[in-house]
Amino acid sequence: MKQGIFTIISNKRIARNIYEIVLEGDTSAITAPGQFVNITVEGFFLRRPISVCDCEGSKLTLIYKTVGGGTEKLSSLKAGEKLDILTGLGNGYDLSKSGDSPILIGGGVGVPPLFYLAKKLISQGKSVTAILGFNTEDEVFYEDEFKRAGANTVIVTADGSYGKKGFVTDALPDYDYSFFYTCGPEPMFRALSKAVKTPGQYSFEERMGCGFGACMGCSCKTLTGNKRICKEGPVMESGEIIWKD
Amino acid sequence: MERLKVNLCGIGIDNPVIPASGTFGFGYEFAQLYDINILGTFSFKGTTKDPRFGNHTPRIAECTAGMINAVGLQNPGVDSVIKDELPKLKEVFHKPVMANISGFSVDDYAYTCEKLDKQEQVGWLEVNISCPNVHGGGMSFGTDPASAAEVTRAVKAVTSKPVIIKLSPNVTDIAAIAKACEEAGADGISLINTLLGMRIDLKTKRPVIANKMGGFSGPAIFPVALRMVYQAANAVKIPVIGMGGISSAEDVIEMMLAGATAVQVGAANLVDPFACKKIIGDLPRVMDKYSIKNLKDIIGGALNG
Repeated sequence: MKQGIFTIISNKRIARNIYEIVLEGDTSAITAPGQFVNITVEGFFLRRPISVCDCEGSKLTLIYKTVGGGTEKLSSLKAGEKLDILTGLGNGYDLSKSGDSPILIGGGVGVPPLFYLAKKLISQGKSVTAILGFNTEDEVFYEDEFKRAGANTVIVTADGSYGKKGFVTDALPDYDYSFFYTCGPEPMFRALSKAVKTPGQYSFEERMGCGFGACMGCSCKTLTGNKRICKEGPVMESGEIIWKD
Repeated sequence: MERLKVNLCGIGIDNPVIPASGTFGFGYEFAQLYDINILGTFSFKGTTKDPRFGNHTPRIAECTAGMINAVGLQNPGVDSVIKDELPKLKEVFHKPVMANISGFSVDDYAYTCEKLDKQEQVGWLEVNISCPNVHGGGMSFGTDPASAAEVTRAVKAVTSKPVIIKLSPNVTDIAAIAKACEEAGADGISLINTLLGMRIDLKTKRPVIANKMGGFSGPAIFPVALRMVYQAANAVKIPVIGMGGISSAEDVIEMMLAGATAVQVGAANLVDPFACKKIIGDLPRVMDKYSIKNLKDIIGGALNG
């Protein structure tokens, strides 16, 4: 973990309530896709944890949804402004488990960390399929980016307004895969846990105090003991998760 | 630096800045960021007789200039703290540490304190009779002078190290509780624990926190904390550790003027992991600004006497 001051390069809306912010700063603490950063937003006490969407050299890309005052304030910031960010938080996805043809399954604002993961896996010569689920057409983002990175990209929307109609679990049976990686809302995870044919890794979300393991605000029980979403997570193995329902 | 030193219940500490229990774990997360030996000491994660997972999540809610937590004393239990956590801590922290203890009965407190009292690394026992986040214990001992005194006596009977009783602000007469602890033999008191608070999510129309209510902390509570430290320090002769919303060297000085011998820093650590390092670094400059030569000389400077 590192604390750093980042400069905003750009901060723009890319879908309904979804923003992409590109930052410049010391990214050396970021070691794996699936990790997150924690951002101080002026006027708000707690930091905002946001997963890494892309990281190249000193350039850090994040995608976030405006869900309240903090993220709305963040969306109003302009190029050139500075942000205090803790980087390199949490344990990311384990790329060594992917096999030759991993599948990436993202739901809504859970899609961004899978982009960095897709790029890394493709750079290792893996054949990557990405199923990206959204509610409706105006929420879809990063389809072209995934395609340009070389992923076999499938978009599904719940209302059928774009791509295939349905949920990610409706598209999943069409593909063979060696391992799965996912990030998205918990109802999607529960449906997915019954639909997947291989082991995989899930990235979880929880309200956090600190984001670096000090406050025990985001603890969960797993089959391998108590874990902190922010520290031992956010990525968990499919075999250790205790589903709440 | 000599001018920052204070004496806390018979043990000299290099400066009065102490990370508060529950915001600093057992130190390792912070030891990876800076040398935690620059601290006066720190109060480790609240420890109970048996392991506890704590409350359901969400456990955290944000407030204006603060936060609410309802962690519920998650900890591995006193035996694991002694066997696993203290040996790990020894690698990175070479000063006496403050052991923080919670319980659900007078016997619980005595049991856990007696075990931790025997640990060489432990300098002080901070007895939390003020946790707002657990049922059937915690805060109930800290809201009644007779119960507070009973816990104090039970712990003092089985320990040799300084006992500091951590008090709740959720009371009508803090001076009476502070006095009851002093008369029962406490070597010091610390306050304030968090204020009972709550938030409701306008989208779901339900409390944000699974436990519904939780402990409110952060800069927003500083004036309340300062007032209660002032009242408590006026009522007792034993050292008082002041805490509640401290996030700057100026806050430290203000709290000491209100009667605190040392201070604890809590929520600030969670939003800035370097908060205590920065505060300690800033103290000499701020002392110069206000013509303060030695910190120990300002303790209680604003009290009526």
